[in-house]
Parts: sequence; structure tokens; C-alpha cells
Amino acid sequence: MLKITDLHAEVGGTPILKGLSLEIPSGEVHAIMGPNGAGKSTLSYVLSGREGYEVTSGSVTLDGVDLLALPVEERAAAGVFLAFQYPVSIPGVSNLYFMRAALNGVRKQRGEEELDAPSFMRLAREKAKLVELSPELLKRSVNDGFSGGEKKRNEIFQMALLEPKLAILDETDSGLDIDALRVVSAGVNGLRDPKRSMLVITHYQRLLDYIVPDRVHVLVDGKIAESGGAELAKQLERDGYAEHRSPAA
Amino acid sequence: MAEATQEIDQVLKKSYGAGFVTDIEQDIIAPGLDENTVRFISAKKEEPEWLLQWRLSALRAWQRMTEPTWANVHYPKIDYQSISYFAAPKRPEDGPQSLDEVDPKLLETYEKLGIPLHERAILAGVAVDAVFDSVSVHTSFRGKLAEEGIIFMSFSEAVKEHPELVRKYLGTVVPVRDNYFAALNSAVFSDGSFVYIPEGVRCPMELSTYFRINAANTGQFERTLIIADKGSHVSYLEGCTAPQRDENQLHAAIVELVAHEDAEIKYSTVQNWYPGDEDGKGGIYNFVTKRGLCEGARSKISWTQVETGSAITWKYPSCVLKGDDSVGEFYSVALSNHRQQADTGTKMIHLGKRTRSTIVSKGISAGHGRQTYRGGVTIARSAEGARNYTQCDSLLIGGNCQAHTVPYVDVKNPTAKLEHEATTSRIGEDQLFYCRQRGLSEEDAVSLIVNGFAKEVLKELPMEFAVEAQKLLGVSLEGAIG
Repeated sequence: MLKITDLHAEVGGTPILKGLSLEIPSGEVHAIMGPNGAGKSTLSYVLSGREGYEVTSGSVTLDGVDLLALPVEERAAAGVFLAFQYPVSIPGVSNLYFMRAALNGVRKQRGEEELDAPSFMRLAREKAKLVELSPELLKRSVNDGFSGGEKKRNEIFQMALLEPKLAILDETDSGLDIDALRVVSAGVNGLRDPKRSMLVITHYQRLLDYIVPDRVHVLVDGKIAESGGAELAKQLERDGYAEHRSPAA
Repeated sequence: MAEATQEIDQVLKKSYGAGFVTDIEQDIIAPGLDENTVRFISAKKEEPEWLLQWRLSALRAWQRMTEPTWANVHYPKIDYQSISYFAAPKRPEDGPQSLDEVDPKLLETYEKLGIPLHERAILAGVAVDAVFDSVSVHTSFRGKLAEEGIIFMSFSEAVKEHPELVRKYLGTVVPVRDNYFAALNSAVFSDGSFVYIPEGVRCPMELSTYFRINAANTGQFERTLIIADKGSHVSYLEGCTAPQRDENQLHAAIVELVAHEDAEIKYSTVQNWYPGDEDGKGGIYNFVTKRGLCEGARSKISWTQVETGSAITWKYPSCVLKGDDSVGEFYSVALSNHRQQADTGTKMIHLGKRTRSTIVSKGISAGHGRQTYRGGVTIARSAEGARNYTQCDSLLIGGNCQAHTVPYVDVKNPTAKLEHEATTSRIGEDQLFYCRQRGLSEEDAVSLIVNGFAKEVLKELPMEFAVEAQKLLGVSLEGAIG
């Protein structure tokens, strides 16, 4: 279970998160919606530990582990996974090689045995089916020359391999056509698990038609302004964020 | 011979007052370079008169030349008269007697590079059984090659056993007057390798300097000559990934390759000479002249280099494409970290018809490293239908390093086709964050990204070399970030 308590964070001296509290029990999918500049992406980077995102107060724990005390890769080993809005390409490094290094990096940190090449290949092929990722794409350089849809499917493939406790999906729907959106969503739904918390960050209600959340939170000016069930997303789609905006904003 | 002995005596006497490094063993000549030095070296090596004269002509040329300053490297002026130009091969008892006596830092690096235990001792210069192993390996290996008629021996041995071949080819690719450092090497070269592959023979194994690690102390002025006769094929590996230390700061080697009709030479180098400390103190200066001559039609010479060592690298492995339809290739990864400076590239000189060349250069700079790609593509009037493809990519790590690209092109035949691609990129914070978010440590992430960048070149290396080179790039970049 992810527990965020009164989280304050700033970027380059500017406060972005201003007392955000949120709990995502294991097995639940929560969506965060909100206007541009509300701090949605900042939240995903603060949770994963990106440099330049300074936590000034508050706490974040995942199954009781203090995430804020850990560097990026140790958070990954503790079970944090971020599906990037803009996945980064690494020319010359094959997707399979990259993911084997990543998976073994995580396993090593967890004190588990590293996977040998044949076992990894079996696992990778199985997981690739989940998001209809072709074997040819697995051999290509990480995200290099991938289409928008391929990149996002690749993110979910990686998530399936790493089996995180907390999956953060940062605007996974951006840049996807309707077919790709279906495939990606099906992949995500296939990864719902009683031991996994998911945080879905999105601008649009559309994604939540496919990935139906247990809870929806509205993030405005660095705080949760309102929380509700899946129907809240539909209401936002209709009415916009106007009523949530603080007078100053 | 009597005359030679007399000369040795003269030099010894003269130098004695000036100070031998060790006056008991008399195995290091006093610093300084003049005709007597050259005569001394030649006599010590019991060389024939023609070779002595050849060395002397090189010395005279060198004395009239001035050190080149066009390279984008900076170093204090070298005092050539303060260098000692001859040292007898080290005796085993001078080295460390066991691995326990070797610098633990060096051992740690061997460990990281995954160098097999029995090789570590040899590389560290330990006088143990391992050396005997290597001698026996060496001997059986040479026997196998001899069956095929392949000659692979030290340069000094070749001068004695195959003088006609040495005399025929020495200096034909890199003339004594070619450049300042080439002239210096020609005057005082110590030792190196000699390879001859007879007509139609495909060398059954990779020829590696590893096999002659203890065969000779090749010293700072190495000289290598490889000849591939008609239709033959050879792959030669130079250097090793393990860090090499040497008390001689200046290195000026020459490599000459000759490929006859339909012959192919693949020459791979992994250079990891001591780069100096983080402030660049004490590193090796590496001024190398490497050139291959595609003498015959349809011959091919391919250079692959991974350069991670030395404080200063000045090196342009080149191809003279004389035979019609001959092919030249240059694949290079050069890495400069801390205060290292590398000015490296290639020259492709197209003389024959339909000659083709490919240049792929990958420069990586980190820390305060300075990296220059310098390439020359020359298409002569005679080179009808010649083609060149050049790609040079630079990768920057951190904000204090430099990358420069200096491509020269000289085309005298209008039917030539040349392509040039160049990119400069930086290891981005976003790439590092992405890798770390997936569970890789920062160092593993850098190593992964750099190896991806260099992949096109690394895949040209023979398999066992490629694996070591990959690790080497990672190890060389330790501490480059953060």
C-alpha cells in the first residue's frame, strides 16, 4: 500500500506540491486528474526520486518502506515503477538486453538470484504477448525509432517484467490512437493484482473508460481538491476543472 | 662484429660519466640521442649493416625535422635528449615475485575486467609458473603456424631469420621521413612483431600480442610489420584491456601493413596505457603511426581500435588504397576521461579504381577530456568511381569535456562519391533517470549507454576482445558522473 502524507515538494525553488495526502491500498487503481500545472507529473517524479524534485516535508511509504530515503534505483528495487509519458530512447542497446540488465539489477538488490539468458527469454516472450509487442521490437534498440504506440506498449511490457508493487502511469494515453489505447489498457488491466497499487495520471476521462479506477482524485494547485469514485471522472469531463481552481490561480 | 663491439664500448665509456641508471648491470643506456646511440642499439641487437644504415638515415632525417604542433593536444615540451633509448629486456627477478606484491588497485581493475587469474600474473609482470605456461603456449602455437608456413615472431628475430622479407618491406608503407615520430621510431625502434602470411593461406587463429607478452620487452618504440601475400587472410590483435603501466612516458610506435591481391588484414587494437591520475599526471604520451597499403587488387585492410588509455593519443591508422577495387575500413572508439586528450582519426587515400572506404568513429569525452576526430579522405585523379562513407559521432558526459571534428576531404576525380554524417550528443539526465528507474545503478547505466553508442564499432572486434572492451569502457568511465 502506498501512503503519502502531507507531501510538500518544490522544483527549482518553486513549491509545486503543497500538502498532498493520498493512500492507495494494494489491489486498487487510483486515477489522478487535474489541469495543466497542477503537479501531476511532479508527483510521479517525486515518488520515483528524480533529481531536481526536492521534497521539503511530508512522508511517502510503500508497504511501510520509507521511499524518500532511497535513491532512484533502490526505489525501483523496492517496487516502484514509472511508465514514462515520454519514454527515453537508448540507441545501440537492445530492448531485451536492457530489460535483462534492469530485471537482474532489481533482483540483485532484492537479494534474489539473477536470471540466466534462456529463462529471461521465456519470461520476456510471455510478457510481450500481453501488449502484443512483436519479437522483432524486443530486439531493436530501446525506444529508438519506435512509434508513439510502440513506446507506450514497451513501457507496459517493462512493467509486466518488473512486477512492481506500485505502478505509476504518467499520461500513458497521450499520443495513442484508439487501437493502441485499447491494447495498452488491456495490458494494464491484465496487470491488476491484489498486491499491486496503481496510480494512473491522466488529463482525459477517455483512458478511464478502459482502465476503470477504484478512486479518482482531482489534483489542483499541489493538493487533492476532491476525491470520488469512477463517476467523478465523467463529471470532470463534462464540467472541467473550473470549480476546483483556487481564486488565486 | 669487432667493430660493433668497439662501438658499444665507446658508448659505454662515454656514457658512464653521464650516469647509467644502473652501473652494475649496464642494461640501460644513458639518456640522449645521437649517431652513437643508434649504433649502440643496432649493435646490441646484432643487426646487419643495411639496417644500421637505414636507422642512421632515419636519425638524420629526424634531426632535420621539427615536432608537429597541429594536433589538438597540449603537453609540456618533450626533451628528447633526456630520454634513454635502450633498455635490455627485464629479467624475471626484477619484477614482483607474486600477486601479493602487485598494486591492489591494479588487481581490482583486473577483477572488474574479468581477466582470467592466470593472465593477471603475466600482465602484472609477476615471475611465476604462469610465465612458463605462456612460454609453452607460445611454442606450441608457433609450431602450428609454421605448418601453414606462417611467420609470426618478434621483429628482432625476423631481422635475423628472414632478413630478405624485412628488408623488402620495411619502411615501404611508412617511409622514414613520413613524420617526426615515424623518423624517431625508425632510428631507435626497440622491437615488435613480424607477421608473414603466405599466398592463399587463411591464418587459422587470431594472432594476438598476448602470445608474446613475455617474448620480448617491446619497449616504447614498437615496430610491427604484417604482410599478407596474395589471397591470404589474417586477423591480428594488439594490446590488451588490462591497464598497462610503463616507466617510459613517450611511446612512438609504427605499424605497417601490406595486403597483396585478394588478401585481407584485420587489425584490432585495444589500447589502455596508463592515462595518468585524475589531474593527468604521469600518463603515457602515445604518438603512433599506423598505415596499411592495399597493394593488390581487391585487397582489404580493416582497422578497429578501442582507445581508452594514455594521457595523450596522437594516432591515425590509415589505408592507402592502391589496388583496384581495394577496400579500407576504420572503426574507432576513443574515450577521454579526466584530463586525457585524444587527437585520432584516419586517412583514406584512394588511388585505385572503384576503391571503397568506410570510416566509423565514436568519440566519448568525460571529465575534462578532450577529443578530436581528424580524418582525411583523398581521392586521386586515378581513383575512378571511388567511394567513401564517413560517420563520426561524439558523446559528451558532463559539462567540462570537449569534442572536435576535423574532416578533410580532397577529391580530384569527379566520379567519386562521398558521404559524411556527424552527430554530437550528450548522455542526458533523462536517459540516466530512465535506466535508474528501471533498477540499474548509475554506473551501470552510463556503461550501458556508452556501450550502446559504441556498438557499431565493438561488433567489429573479435568476440573475446569485444566482451573485454565493453567492460573496459565501463571501468574507464567510473567516477565520470556525479
